[in-house]
Amino acid sequence: MTEKSNQFPQWEVFIQAKNGGPYEHAGSVHATDKNMALQNARDIYTRRNEGRSLWVVQTDNIFSTTREEEAEFFDPAEDKIYRTPNFYKMPAGTTNL
Amino acid sequence: MKTQEAIYQYCLRIADSNLILAQRLAEWCSRGPILEEDLAMTNISLDLFGQAETLYEYAATIKGDNATADSLAFLRVEREYFNRLITEQPNGDFAVTMVREVLFSAYQNHLYQALCKSNDEMFRGFAEKALKEVKYHLRHSSEWVIRLGGGTEESKVRSQAALNELWRFTVDMFEMDEVDEELISMGIAPDMKEINKSWMKTVTEVFTEAELHIPDLNNVIKGSNKGIHTEHLGHILSEMQYLQRAFPGATW
Repeated sequence: MTEKSNQFPQWEVFIQAKNGGPYEHAGSVHATDKNMALQNARDIYTRRNEGRSLWVVQTDNIFSTTREEEAEFFDPAEDKIYRTPNFYKMPAGTTNL
Repeated sequence: MKTQEAIYQYCLRIADSNLILAQRLAEWCSRGPILEEDLAMTNISLDLFGQAETLYEYAATIKGDNATADSLAFLRVEREYFNRLITEQPNGDFAVTMVREVLFSAYQNHLYQALCKSNDEMFRGFAEKALKEVKYHLRHSSEWVIRLGGGTEESKVRSQAALNELWRFTVDMFEMDEVDEELISMGIAPDMKEINKSWMKTVTEVFTEAELHIPDLNNVIKGSNKGIHTEHLGHILSEMQYLQRAFPGATW
């Protein structure tokens, strides 16, 4: 049985906390279009000064990996510790690396 | 009329309008059409309460006599409130609330822009901060009215009915008396005839885009400058003032 949703389309909200920083996922909102999505995002996620810039993306436009694909996507990285810089000697006198 | 007395009265006009509209919008809390809109309307309400508080504090310092923002907000009687009549009109359906918000936030937008150039430092500081808030209120409500006007047959009929009902209260927003004359002469407050012109331009743009027509002026009701109200304010005050009347001086 399919039930028609009476909700507006869903949008994902990304907030940039300060200029130059990354946009981080904050949550989602419902809205009929991109302008309403931005306004709703502003009212729900930035009322305590959380950000200076917002992105909204309609949830349908996000393509993600699935649980079933998790192993083949990510497990091969588990035993390749040489990909992280664990074996470098710190140059003498370096404190802020 | 002395300038200080006029400033006090002018503070009450703006602060009372904001307080009563904020109280009206707060009535939507938990009753919004969607969660997001529920939050948006209560956010606007809180902005307006904040604006009212700033001006009540200013008014209280002028009045002296142990007056506080709270005593001004909660301990006056109906005829001592000077809020614009449109702000006390019932929320009606969502279309009524949004059309009222367009009409009033457009008014605040132009009034505050003018007050940014006031010779009174307090008014200037208030207006610069509050203007950012009302610009957002205008944007939010305009977009809704444009959607409702161009939406379904039902939403169009309701929006037009809302505009027809509220339009007659807009004359009251621009009424002037000796308070305005004194403050205009001191360069503190703007001539409301000028505000009326720019307001008309803004709301005409919004309603044209929303495909709603501005009705003829009939049955105009005004009198807020004299503290004359429609039947609705008394009911708002009885609810809003209940706590302070039942438990005088209560704090939390």
